[in-house]
Amino acid sequence: MKLIEVKNLKVYFTVRPSIFSKKKIVKAVDGVDLSIGEGEILTLVGESGCGKTTLGKAIAGLVKPTSGKILFKGKDLTELSKREFLEYRRSVQIVHQDPYASLNPTKSVFQILSFPLVRWRIVKSRSELRDKVKELLELVGLTPPEEFINKYPHQLSGGQRQRVAIARAISVNPKVIVADEPITMIDVSLRLGILDLMLDLRKRLGTAYLFITHDFGAARYFSAKGGGKIAVMYLGKIIEMGPAEEVIFNPLHPYTQALLSAVPVPDPEISRKKKPLKLRSLDIPSPLNPPPGCKFHTRCPYYMSRCAKEEPPLIEVKSQHYVACWLYVKR
Amino acid sequence: MSSSEVILRIRDLKVVYLSPRGQVKAVDRVSLNVFRNEVLGIVGESGSGKSTLAHTILRILPPTARIVSGSILYDGTDIIKLPEREFKNIRWRKLSLVPQAALNALNPTMKILDHFIETGRAHGLNDRRLIMERAKELLELLRLEPRRVLNSYPHELSGGMKQRVLIALSMLLEPEILILDEPTTALDVLTQRAILDLLKEIKDKLRITMVFITHDIAVIADLADRIAVMYAGKLMEVGDVYTVFRRPANPYTKALMASIPSLIGKVEDMKPIPGSPPDLVNPPRGCRFHPRCPYAMEICKKEEPPTVELSTGHIASCWLYVKR
Repeated sequence: MKLIEVKNLKVYFTVRPSIFSKKKIVKAVDGVDLSIGEGEILTLVGESGCGKTTLGKAIAGLVKPTSGKILFKGKDLTELSKREFLEYRRSVQIVHQDPYASLNPTKSVFQILSFPLVRWRIVKSRSELRDKVKELLELVGLTPPEEFINKYPHQLSGGQRQRVAIARAISVNPKVIVADEPITMIDVSLRLGILDLMLDLRKRLGTAYLFITHDFGAARYFSAKGGGKIAVMYLGKIIEMGPAEEVIFNPLHPYTQALLSAVPVPDPEISRKKKPLKLRSLDIPSPLNPPPGCKFHTRCPYYMSRCAKEEPPLIEVKSQHYVACWLYVKR
Repeated sequence: MSSSEVILRIRDLKVVYLSPRGQVKAVDRVSLNVFRNEVLGIVGESGSGKSTLAHTILRILPPTARIVSGSILYDGTDIIKLPEREFKNIRWRKLSLVPQAALNALNPTMKILDHFIETGRAHGLNDRRLIMERAKELLELLRLEPRRVLNSYPHELSGGMKQRVLIALSMLLEPEILILDEPTTALDVLTQRAILDLLKEIKDKLRITMVFITHDIAVIADLADRIAVMYAGKLMEVGDVYTVFRRPANPYTKALMASIPSLIGKVEDMKPIPGSPPDLVNPPRGCRFHPRCPYAMEICKKEEPPTVELSTGHIASCWLYVKR
């Protein structure tokens, strides 16, 4: 049984673009199926506005789905008892992008980390609390713990703050961590350190990850090193999914191909030889008014008449490699 | 490089910021040449001094900054010592800045057209028709529809369009040198690629010198002719783009390249740099990178490394290359 299963999930928001216009609907997540097993890694990658953060929030139980199902250990979230729902909220923790905003500046590291431990009754006594906090700090590489335990967030570097945020997430023994752009605001030279830490915690504690990023390099590093999958999102849909290196080196969807061909690589010869796939239009259509059929058809260089009419299903083209594109459907 | 005439000669530049905790040594005795018509990439992490260096050249440092020593020669004059009245004739006309679009560089209450007119006026160009003509030409060069864009307010444009408008604005007075400060940082991959390709086109079509500042070494791999690597206020390495990428000399440059999660190479070879960047109020003695350097020797902890020329135009500041 999968830890988390998402079935035809839709999350819509109502917006009013200006006070004189009618209400409109943004389909942030528009029919997503995915699953995460114990200790598995799934990386969601996509451009801004593709719905990856909303999907992550819905899975963490922070946003209510409009329709569709999220199953936790086989049980529908909406059918959980209050107690089971609390258990779910504890089991799925989130690490945010901005460690400058996610940690309360008026609380010390000790206070930040003791709150969830006390709240979820993970420790029984005061002395145990201090030991547990030290153990968490050691686990996330903030050693020696005595040096960090009484510090306040402003006294820590960005990388250290993110480590505290990760320590807080693992303090309650979650099954899954939703990590939403956890390295975007970290110094370049320290980014892989945070990803390595997350992979190391998975080895030790068996935590599964939903890693959300806009950076294909980071997606590749995390998923490939952890033997996980990558899913590419576009306008609320997963358009391609598969094992990390397979998606990176054999992208099937024209959108994935376009993105990968556009990513700068740290090699002057290779980057000057790269031929980016030319799109028909550079700009993402407004999510308020997405195109019918395949949502990518307005930009796709391989556009066929069918693409504007029918939405392609996500199908398995190669072993474990899924794509939603009419190019791969035999008729 | 087509020509090797030095257009900007930076010598021994030292800039600090005053803070309650003491002086932040942001740029520390940096010497660097910029050649005419080249693209020079300046790479560094946050706190490396790359933006301070750019702001010093354009004289747009905040009031807490102090230029302690050094000179920047442009056209035979030290632009640091020039009275503001005279420097005004150089800023934007000769040297101009492309800021990051995400950082509210455009005035939200003004149409794009008015940005062009105001920029022109501020620098003594009052002929409205001439400004319009030039603006149209530049916007077309940047693949924007002049009619539509000129009549828009900034919020009506996407991030990539705003960034292109900023590039066009910076080129309004036909400057000789463009200083681009992280011009693609907050943009999506496809938009970033489009901007990089446009800059490449501009570089090929027009005779213009670009100084491209970025934290992402991959971004300039395909645009830059030369690369300068900065760390904690110090210049670590300078060289031709192929040399620096293929045979990086400074251990910091090597470590920085290995720390990029990239689509090429093996993931096993990628790794973070241990430790964290130093506090610039109290930077480490000796080489500022020594606490994180895998090759650190005794001397690195005590004395600052000299700059060594390894081959023509390839220099590194590192004790490893000093024969003793």
